[in-house]
Parts: sequence; structure tokens; C-alpha cells
Amino acid sequence: MFSSDNWQEIFQTIKKNKLRTFLSGFTITLGLLIFITLLGLGNGLKNSFNQFFMDDATNTMFIFPGRTSMPYKGYNVNRTIQFKNDDLADIQKNFPFYLEYITPRIFRNGTVTFNNESNSYSYVGVSPAHQVSEKTIMMKGRYLNDLDVKEKTKYAVIGRLVEKDLFKDKSALGEHVIINNTAYKVIGVFQDEGGDNEERRIYVPYTTLQLIEKNTDDINQIVLAYKPELGYAGAMLFEEKLTKFLKEKHEIAPDDQSGVFVRNIADNMNDNQQLSGVLTLIVTFVGIGTLIAGVIGISNIMVFVIKERTKEIGVRKALGATPFSIITMILQESIFITLIAGYIGLFLGIFVLKMIGDKLEDYFILNPYIDLGTAITATIILILFGALAGYVPAKRAARIQPIVALRDE
Amino acid sequence: MIAIKDLHKSYKMGSNVLHVLKGINFNVEEGEMVAIMGSSGSGKSTLLNIVGMLDLLDTGSYTLDGVPIVNLNETKAAKYRNKFLGFIFQSFNLINYKTALENVALPLYYQRVPKKERDEKALQYLTKVGLANWATHLPSELSGGQKQRVAIARALAAQPKVLLADEPTGALDSTTSYEVMQLLQEINDEGKTLLVVTHEEDIAKMCKRIVQLKDGVIIEDKKVNQIRASEYV
Repeated sequence: MFSSDNWQEIFQTIKKNKLRTFLSGFTITLGLLIFITLLGLGNGLKNSFNQFFMDDATNTMFIFPGRTSMPYKGYNVNRTIQFKNDDLADIQKNFPFYLEYITPRIFRNGTVTFNNESNSYSYVGVSPAHQVSEKTIMMKGRYLNDLDVKEKTKYAVIGRLVEKDLFKDKSALGEHVIINNTAYKVIGVFQDEGGDNEERRIYVPYTTLQLIEKNTDDINQIVLAYKPELGYAGAMLFEEKLTKFLKEKHEIAPDDQSGVFVRNIADNMNDNQQLSGVLTLIVTFVGIGTLIAGVIGISNIMVFVIKERTKEIGVRKALGATPFSIITMILQESIFITLIAGYIGLFLGIFVLKMIGDKLEDYFILNPYIDLGTAITATIILILFGALAGYVPAKRAARIQPIVALRDE
Repeated sequence: MIAIKDLHKSYKMGSNVLHVLKGINFNVEEGEMVAIMGSSGSGKSTLLNIVGMLDLLDTGSYTLDGVPIVNLNETKAAKYRNKFLGFIFQSFNLINYKTALENVALPLYYQRVPKKERDEKALQYLTKVGLANWATHLPSELSGGQKQRVAIARALAAQPKVLLADEPTGALDSTTSYEVMQLLQEINDEGKTLLVVTHEEDIAKMCKRIVQLKDGVIIEDKKVNQIRASEYV
């Protein structure tokens, strides 16, 4: 059935009936092009929505120590809870399944001086993962790395506005600033979409800060991120387990609400995510609509094509073509055309999205994309329906008496 | 070659039943050239279509070359048509996007003859009908007579037992008609059995036997002295 002879017959039919080939191919190409472009633009809209509402990483939890409000295991009320480095290590050790990264935060305020310029800023002792949780964007130089934490280097990463305040138009890279009487070398300058306050910050390795402050291992806060694939429910479960773990470790009564606080961004995120979900729904709806339009288009063309070929089918049958050979001929032809056209449509659609890129950012469309799986599924659906749409009339045409087909003018 | 016994065929036209063939008994020996005559509505085309397995009979029996034609499904009919029968139509029915050569080769394609052999044979039959020089032309570039000759070559290509011609000259002027009939006579001279449906007296007289149909029954069946078409050309 798939002999080269067969294919030659089909190629000839395709070549000699250019309009017909063009029409059915064009329907598929256009359908896919529109589908991919629309879905891509929809995704772009979702992207800029996410960007507006989700400045910081969305899978983040903040853990603050507090004061106990109940006596427990021989401890008095009103005991101050203090996190230490071993809390970081214990969380890492006990929750590897949930945890994506973890970083401590030690907040300090101080006078920062460069040459004659000085000003008061907050500076934060962190570990490298903090860059991800705050979505800090490096403008020049680099962020802190694991080696800096290990070696307790006196390196600082300063905000864009700190550089502007202290260094005016000069570059701060490689210069030394004095923070509360200790000199730090500036290794990077960052920007942050969180606003001016966040760009007036300075990040230093938390270990360095601990060393300078009488070699303690105290930390203020813990910021951590869970694996995004956990989803909302998984995040809630993790939060619950984590709270329980920390309360046990610091010997806080299980129902004491003020010993330790866990703030889960997923809580606020839930609303935003619902809105984002509605957007997804609209995009999906548009996508399915386009696809259905494409399927109807190709079905119409196939019915037309077979109507046009009724007489030819009659002649072929009179010459000894079996119904089976008629159906295979039509199907092979239509699948071949839709396959090529589908591929072109797929390619064109992705090309158009690439061309658009970020040009429509002013219209709230950011980085439009379509994931290849969806695009390929859509292509396959169109091809499948094209074949099905061809099969039904082909079967009917193959069944009609040749004499009826021959009478058809 | 062809044996038909007590053949009946009727068509449903809405609520009416049109009884087209009312008991036909009819035999054709090998090498005969039979004209089936009758006015329109006499059932001559229906008879040809049944002989050609393009249409099914209601009751009666039909044997072709010793093979009883019963329980025809489409696939079986297609195989028999391909093996036993060659068709020549009034409106030629060439496939318009195929060249003369490709049209002639088409029945061989359905016999699964390899491409090269197919083309050789097709050219051989085109040569036989005098159109070898037109092999690469499309039907739209041929005259009516040439088209019919291509159709005859196509009917011959599958080497059928019987050639069935439905008003083969119906769309042609008389000079061209005689040329086509001359060709058909030559084919008959080589021993091929021919059935020609026509309503033209002069065309019928170029056959060896005339069967007259009227209102679904055979009213006359006689052998005649064949008039050679070459006398007119």
C-alpha cells in the first residue's frame, strides 16, 4: 500500500492539482499560525501579569522568631527565641524533599562611608540563595557566592541607589566602603524591581557579619523556598510541618502562636494565581476555538475536494480500483498535504512569536511563547481531523456505484 | 463469453418503481461484435451497465467467461472489471490532469504492473490507435476523436475479454465516428469481443449482430452483414 508507485501517483495528483493542494494546505497552515500566535500572545499577557504582581519569588516563606506566650517544659513565658546557624542546617537536613533553597537574613542599619560621602543604609547578611528569593538583578560585578560565605570575606553587593548616592557617576566596583567601621570591597551593584528602598540596600555574607559581631552564630530571619512543583497544597503542608519542627526544636508549646512566625507568600499568591488562572482559561478557550475553526475549515475543503473528484473516482473504479485503494489514495494524499502544511504552520507561528518578542511590551504582552508540546499536539489534532474529514466523504465516494459517479457532471 | 438468463432490473423513483429490464435472455460468443440498439429509455444502457458490473441486477443470472457474477461486493466487482472488461464511454472519461500515456497506463496501475512495463505497454497501445506522438499531451489538448482513441487504448491496455462501448460515437461528428468504428472493427478482427450500445442505425450496421431493445425486452436479435467503416473513410 505504501509502495513508491503509490506515492508517485499521489505526488502527481498533488502536483497537477495545485489549487486544491494549496487550499487544503493553506487552511491548516493558517489555522495553526493563528492558534500559535493567539496562544503565544495570551501567554505573553499572562507573563506581564505575573511580572506586575510577583516581584519576589512566589514560592518563598519567611520565618521570624518571636517571644513565647506560654510556659513550656520548665521555661518561663516571654522567652525570646533566637535562630542560629544550626537552624539552617537542621531545616536543610530534615526537609530535602520540600526545600529548594534557604538563606538567613541578618538586618542591620549603619552609616556607610566612601571618601567624604556618607549616608545611613540598611545592610543585610545573607547567603547566595537570597538573590533568587529577592529576584535581585545584577547590573555589574557579581553577587555573593558560597566561597564568600565560607571564607567570611569582606565583600559587599550594593544597590543601584547606594552607588548613585555615594559614588555619583563613578563606578563603585572594586572600591572599598566603610560600613560601621569595617571596610568592605564592593564586588557588585544590583537593581531590584521592588522599589527605591530595596535598591538602597547592601548585601554582605552573613558569616562575615557574624564574625564582626563578636563571632556569634545568631541570625534574624530565615527565608526559604519550596519546590514550585509542590503546588499550593504542598506548600501548606510544608508550612505546617516546618512550624511544628521549629517549635519542637526551640521548645515552644505546640499551640503557642507567638513563639515563631512563618509567613507563606503562597497565601497572598493564591488570589493572584486565581486571576492568572482565569487568564489561562481565556487563552485556552481562544486556542480551542481557533482549533475548532481550523478543523471545520479543513473538513469543508475535504468535502469539496472529494465532490470535485467524484467523476475521477468513478473512472478509476470502472478501470478496476477497489474502494480500499480509493480511500487509501485520498487519505494518503490529504495526510501528506496536512503534514507538510502543519509543519509550515508550526514553524511560521513560532517564527512570528519570536519576531514579536518584546516589541509589544507596551501592550502588556511580554515574552510571548508557546510550549512546543502544545503546538505539536495542536498540529496533530488538525492533521487527524483533516484525515477524518477526508475519510468520511472518501468512504462514501468509494462506495457509490461507478455509474452514478460517472454520470456526475 | 456472456450468458444472461431472465434478467430483471428496476429502479425506485420516489414512490414509483420503474421496471427497466423485463426478462432479458442474451448470449454473446467470443469474437462477436454486437450492437445493442433502442430508443432512449429502452434499457440498453442499463443492460450494458449490468454487463459491465457498474450496476447490479435484481433477479436472473449472469455468467462472464464461465464465471458466475453473483454476490458482487465492490472489491470483487473492481477486480472483475479490471480483469475482464474494458470501457469506452460517450464522454471519454479521461482523467484531465493525466497525459494520454498516463491515462492508458491507469488500468495497469490497478493491476500492479511495474511502472516501466506499464509505460511500455501503454505506449504500445497508443501506437496501435495511432497516437504515439500525442503520448505526453493532456486530454484538453486533444480533439474529440483523439480522446476517444485514447479511451479505446486505455480499455485495451488491461487486455480484457470484452470491450463495452456506451455510445462511443455519440459525441463525435460522422467522419470521426467512422474512424473510431474502423478502429473498433480492427480490434474485433483480432478476435476481441465487443458490445456497442448505440441508437444510430449506420453505427449498428457496422457490427456483426444487432439486438433491438424496446421497453425492457429484446424485440429483435439478428446477424447482419457487417459494413466496413473503411468504405466511408
